Amino acid sequence: MTRDGVLVVDPGPLSTLQDRGRRGWAHLGVPRAGALDRGAAALARRLVGGTPDDAVVETTVGGLVLRTRRALTLAVTGAPCEVTVDRRGVAHSAPVTVPADAVVRVGAATSGVRSYVAFAGGVAVPEVLGSRSTDTLAWVGPPRLAAGDVLPLGRPGDLPEPPAAAVVRPRPSVLRLRRGPRGDWVEPSSWDALDGAEYAVAPDSDRVGLRLDGPRLRRRPGELPSEGIVLGAVQLPPSGQPVVFLADHPTTGGYPVVAVVEDDDLDLCAQLRPGERVALRVL
Amino acid sequence: MSAVRVVWVGARACLVEVEDAVAAASLAAWSRARGLRSEEVVPAAATVLFDGTDPDEVSALLRHWSPDAADLDGPLVRVPVDYSGPDLEDVAGHWGCSVDEVVRIHTSVELVALFSGFAPGFSYLAGLPAERAVPRRSSPRARVPAGSVGLADTWCGIYPTASPGGWLLLGTTDVPLWDVAREQPALLAPGTRVRFEVRG
Repeated sequence: MTRDGVLVVDPGPLSTLQDRGRRGWAHLGVPRAGALDRGAAALARRLVGGTPDDAVVETTVGGLVLRTRRALTLAVTGAPCEVTVDRRGVAHSAPVTVPADAVVRVGAATSGVRSYVAFAGGVAVPEVLGSRSTDTLAWVGPPRLAAGDVLPLGRPGDLPEPPAAAVVRPRPSVLRLRRGPRGDWVEPSSWDALDGAEYAVAPDSDRVGLRLDGPRLRRRPGELPSEGIVLGAVQLPPSGQPVVFLADHPTTGGYPVVAVVEDDDLDLCAQLRPGERVALRVL
Repeated sequence: MSAVRVVWVGARACLVEVEDAVAAASLAAWSRARGLRSEEVVPAAATVLFDGTDPDEVSALLRHWSPDAADLDGPLVRVPVDYSGPDLEDVAGHWGCSVDEVVRIHTSVELVALFSGFAPGFSYLAGLPAERAVPRRSSPRARVPAGSVGLADTWCGIYPTASPGGWLLLGTTDVPLWDVAREQPALLAPGTRVRFEVRG
């Protein structure tokens, strides 16, 4: 067997493989999964000359440590963090060529939550139901990365010429909402107060949902018969504290979906830390 | 055309509200057979979610739809059960009959999988008449073993993996409910007809 791929030395708190996610299986209860910050993952792929379907590594706050088994090109994007190759600092959001047997450290995020590591050729683990994404709700797809794992890599394509310098603009912490299918479950006075309301990100937020902690929305009591849920759905449990459903959300649920977050604002949800504040804007 | 309501969910999805779960499963099957362009078609208790689609196209297609259970013509799956569940007596009490009679009734109806949820491979099976409705346990069990066959309301379901649960348990089966290596990973996909039988 040839020495190939990348060895996971330390996966950090939670590192998973993610591509664009799994489509067409929601009717069987399979979440779509996929990179939470889609823009950052797409940039990482582009920087190494990858295709939009390549699988990348998504880290969670704490970074990870890898050892290369052959020379390769990688790029780290998303949450800003220190990146080193054999203890020497290298660029973030740029392609980096790494020799064989080098230790790559993707440091803890200095802000934001999730960094992305793309490798030229993509991570070539077998697909499960058409995707290499790990879903952390039902655990469909490859397991979370563990120390000792070897990530096989596909055949690299051509690197983009010239290597693109990425400009990552900071986003305002605003989530734009449209009224959802069960918007009428919110009392009108609560709905009116929603525009401009500020919420803190709750500590139990994860890939399933961004839980918001702030003004309690008053709603009708009871539950709906279970119904299908979309990415970005804002569900309102009886607590009155909204939850924004992210990539690993359950495919059906019985709490009313009172609003839907604009697709363009979902990447921001991936990078909000517990305790950070976010303002809501009703469109 | 029957009375349905289309509710937009953002710009690229809509919920179609229908009479009940049978109508939802039948609409899901019918729209798939008609080749409607939609990334996801998710039937549930009284709605179908079309996600990754053009809601106007969904509305236009719906003009040609009326509920027809004949759209639910999936394969028939026989599920052998070891009827030794902890709640058999409880169900017998609710139904006002003996435990043997519970088994006889449960093995005499043809059920149909209407929708999934809760976990990959879990299907809500309909077909028990309204008078057979049972409540959930007042306090859910912390761990229901994989393969447990249970009842809640008039639904029947099989737990694909061990999990907490509040359904009344009739017994267990060892049929593989979920296998991602199969072309159809769920044994009981929506539309599948199910007959339970006593495991010999």
